[in-house]
Amino acid sequence: MVVVGAGMVGAACALYAARAGLDVILVDRGPVAGGTTGAGEGNLLVSDKEPGPELHLALLSARLWGELAQELGTAVEYEPKGGLVVASTPDGLTALARLAAGQRAAGVRTVPVDASELRSLEPHLAPGLAGGVLYPQDAQVMPTLAAAHLARASGARLETGRTVTRVLRGADGAVRGVRTDRGDLLAPAVVNAAGTWGGEVAALAGVPLPVLPRRGFVLVTEPLPRRVRHKVYAADYVADVASDSAALQTSPVVEGTAAGPVLIGASRERVGFDRSFSLPVVRALAAGATRLFPFLDDVRVMRTYLGFRPYLPDHLPALGPDPRVPGLFHACGHEGAGIGLATGSGQLIAQALTGGTPELDLTPFRPDRFAEEATA
Amino acid sequence: MSERRPVLAVIGAGPAGLAATLAAAARGVRVTLIDSGTQAGGQFYRQPAPGLGARRPQALHHQWRTWERLRTGLDTRLADGRVTHLTDHHVCWVERDSSVEGEPVRDDPAAPGFTVHALLGPEQRESVAIRAHGVLLATGAYEKVLPFPGWTLPGVVTAGGAQALLKGGLTLPGRTAVVAGTGPLLLPVATGLAAAGARVVALVESAGPRDFVRRSRSLAGAPDKLAEGAGYAARLLRHRVSVKARHTVLEAHGVERLESVTVAALGPDGRPRPGTALRLPCDTLAVGHGLLPHTDLADGLGCRLDGPAVRVDDEQRTDVPGVWAAGESTGVGGAALSLAEGHLAGRSAAARLHGTAPDPARRTRAARTRTRLRAFSEGLAGAFAPPAHWAELVTDETVVCRCEEVTAGAVREAVGSLGAGDLRTVKLLTRAGMGWCQGRMCESGVAGVAGCAATPARRLPARPVPLGMLAAPTDDPPPAR
Ligand SMILES: Cc1cc2nc3c(=O)[nH]c(=O)nc-3n(C[C@H](O)[C@H](O)[C@H](O)COP(=O)(O)OP(=O)(O)OC[C@H]3O[C@@H](n4cnc5c(N)ncnc54)[C@H](O)[C@@H]3O)c2cc1C
Ligand SMILES: Cc1cc2nc3c(=O)[nH]c(=O)nc-3n(C[C@H](O)[C@H](O)[C@H](O)COP(=O)(O)OP(=O)(O)OC[C@H]3O[C@@H](n4cnc5c(N)ncnc54)[C@H](O)[C@@H]3O)c2cc1C
Repeated sequence: MVVVGAGMVGAACALYAARAGLDVILVDRGPVAGGTTGAGEGNLLVSDKEPGPELHLALLSARLWGELAQELGTAVEYEPKGGLVVASTPDGLTALARLAAGQRAAGVRTVPVDASELRSLEPHLAPGLAGGVLYPQDAQVMPTLAAAHLARASGARLETGRTVTRVLRGADGAVRGVRTDRGDLLAPAVVNAAGTWGGEVAALAGVPLPVLPRRGFVLVTEPLPRRVRHKVYAADYVADVASDSAALQTSPVVEGTAAGPVLIGASRERVGFDRSFSLPVVRALAAGATRLFPFLDDVRVMRTYLGFRPYLPDHLPALGPDPRVPGLFHACGHEGAGIGLATGSGQLIAQALTGGTPELDLTPFRPDRFAEEATA
Repeated sequence: MSERRPVLAVIGAGPAGLAATLAAAARGVRVTLIDSGTQAGGQFYRQPAPGLGARRPQALHHQWRTWERLRTGLDTRLADGRVTHLTDHHVCWVERDSSVEGEPVRDDPAAPGFTVHALLGPEQRESVAIRAHGVLLATGAYEKVLPFPGWTLPGVVTAGGAQALLKGGLTLPGRTAVVAGTGPLLLPVATGLAAAGARVVALVESAGPRDFVRRSRSLAGAPDKLAEGAGYAARLLRHRVSVKARHTVLEAHGVERLESVTVAALGPDGRPRPGTALRLPCDTLAVGHGLLPHTDLADGLGCRLDGPAVRVDDEQRTDVPGVWAAGESTGVGGAALSLAEGHLAGRSAAARLHGTAPDPARRTRAARTRTRLRAFSEGLAGAFAPPAHWAELVTDETVVCRCEEVTAGAVREAVGSLGAGDLRTVKLLTRAGMGWCQGRMCESGVAGVAGCAATPARRLPARPVPLGMLAAPTDDPPPAR
């Protein structure tokens, strides 16, 4: 089979498909992780998901990441450090507690943290916060390393610098492989793991898939000794993630990295593929981060970067076989969670490819769900 | 001083920025000249710190008269208030006035405004915002240094670093020096070190005479520059500096610090010729492999780049309205070219900010100089080149990125088995170029070792900025002018 896109999701599809016994060719027009995977952060989160299909996928993925960490943990900088969500007001804390209760019912481990305990978990947090919730299952990887190491571990034939220009289909409409700028690659199954460009690849097979970009900026500080222990963010982040607004949203997400720098992200705006630098966005991120961690006031930002999250209108990825094109599978549109959700997505795709029953119900992720909506 | 005069912010007070400032100020523009240095002059006319009481700084400079003319011109403009010179201002970014949604804030969309954000003083903990109608980027270039075994030893310095010490601090970096690499900068560095009392045992240049003969047409167009070169040759001879053309450094040796270097002749294939290795004892090795334009600020403004340099038209305008660029940020070509470009840019900015066009007839002389010098520097750039296969000489153990201590072996592994195909992925996989210097020091070296193109990375902010300053800007510009 052919996997189009050597980002985090494509690499995970390659790995699990190869382990299920399939012959895999992994194609990318650029290098490994040259798309959004190389332009984002590597949080593996269950904490930011509301109960529902995405949370189930996140829990499956978290388990699989934990298993992969046994063999690749150091190479991909896996850190099971846990997430700490904080609320600044009593009202915010009530809302957070309600969310946590729902998550707990879905199988998430949550630990309420009262105001007095916050600083024993995170000594440098700002004083005066109302409280928070600790999510021990939240973890972190370095996305580019993760994609590269999963791709290598898969043993797949890696074809970088090769652009897919068409999905080849036989007389019966079934997939026969892909055409690339450097010749055809024949296979009875093709996985669209083209991230933000997943809509374009779907179109190459003749089917619509409304994947759109959602821009995000990240700030990177100078390297520091570890002062932020968990992944720390404010409770309003959960609302931003699920938001339908096109306008800019920023809420502070602060985390230390194995390499030393603190990462501060991430803004969300729908501005198309606009790469221009935005000072207001960067200022808002800085303001949010310093509110949580006052010591950051004196810490310098070394660089900023931006990426484009692939999102679908209902904020769920397209995952599984496309009933419109036999042999075509989709694994794209993971928005701001494609690193975290990659392992589960890869596993489910491998199970679907080998004809087994996927361990999660794929119905909510059906790739043709938007076409139906349009005609309904 | 009329309040209605347009304001031009000139960033960089080297030859290009000074020429632009004077040209614009002479044509009715108020200029805010901004530079991170404590004095005007840039890299070329770098001034000794006043406290050192240097008696004859001109001994370190040629073209002293040109400098004096610029300096006097600037003093006059400072006195009449047409120019404000902000020293010790480190520009971290330039912002076009626009809101988050991309709508212009100001009611007059035809006159886009800019805000230059700069950090103050050596501490860089405070910031100011400078408003202007137009921005002229004259930020110059920085040095390119390629790695080789031993290049991280104390005692190995960059050619420009040695130069800056000579010009700015007048201290001698060491006693026995070798100057090596490629490019015209090596000549003043070697003669400068020798004149300051160092024993310069060799100037090791990887280009050879034939590389110049092949480009003699474009080089002959600038006899003054050739004469300048001849002058250096005479001085090298006088100081008994042995010039080793078509040679390269193989390795720097030393335990605690530099003790010697091994150099070798280059064969016709660009590889070291077997049996020619020669060990030279020294305590200082000044290396340089040319210059690269500073483009961070331009990039942040959305200006189009041409390869490694800011792209400009024949008026030195970038493709972003209201933004000009001149000097080595638009391509490396030496101080005389920077002066010509700065002059043309200043004239264009003055005319355009007044809503007119620069007089084409009157800019012909500077434009001719520019054409001639650009051809010359292109010829030079083609002639001066590192050895074709320099990356082969970099052993796997050699650290190529000093900030993050990444070895050549790690870079090769990223390319070989992890599927990195471009510089960005190599960086992400190895952290090479992600440290304090943000790859300014190592980018060319890492790209060469990886065997991929040295695409310029976007580096914003241009200077590291404290988060608190970003979060609560003390520099918010006044709402209206
Ligand atoms: C600022 C920011 C922060 C983020 N933080 C997180 C986080 O903390 N945790 C998390 O889980 N997620 C995060 N994300 C989201 C995450 O980065 C993405 O969801 C994820 O990288 C998507 O991976 P992918 O493999 O689907 O897409 P990509 O990595 O974009 O890979 C798609 C690949 O397809 C290739 N391609 C496209 N078209 C073709 C073609 N025609 N032929 C060949 N190849 C093609 C592209 O070159 C690309 O390499 C963040 C994103 C951003 C922007
Ligand atoms: C290290 C070095 C040494 C050199 N030595 C010689 C020599 O000895 N002889 C010779 O012929 N040529 C030398 N050159 C070449 C020389 O740079 C050019 O010939 C000439 O100085 C270019 O003029 P310019 O105005 O374009 O840039 P520069 O003279 O480089 O001036 C640029 C100015 O912009 C300022 N600047 C840049 N970024 C910012 C920012 N973000 N904020 C505030 N200010 C900023 C810098 O401080 C600098 O003063 C040297 C170059 C370098 C890099």
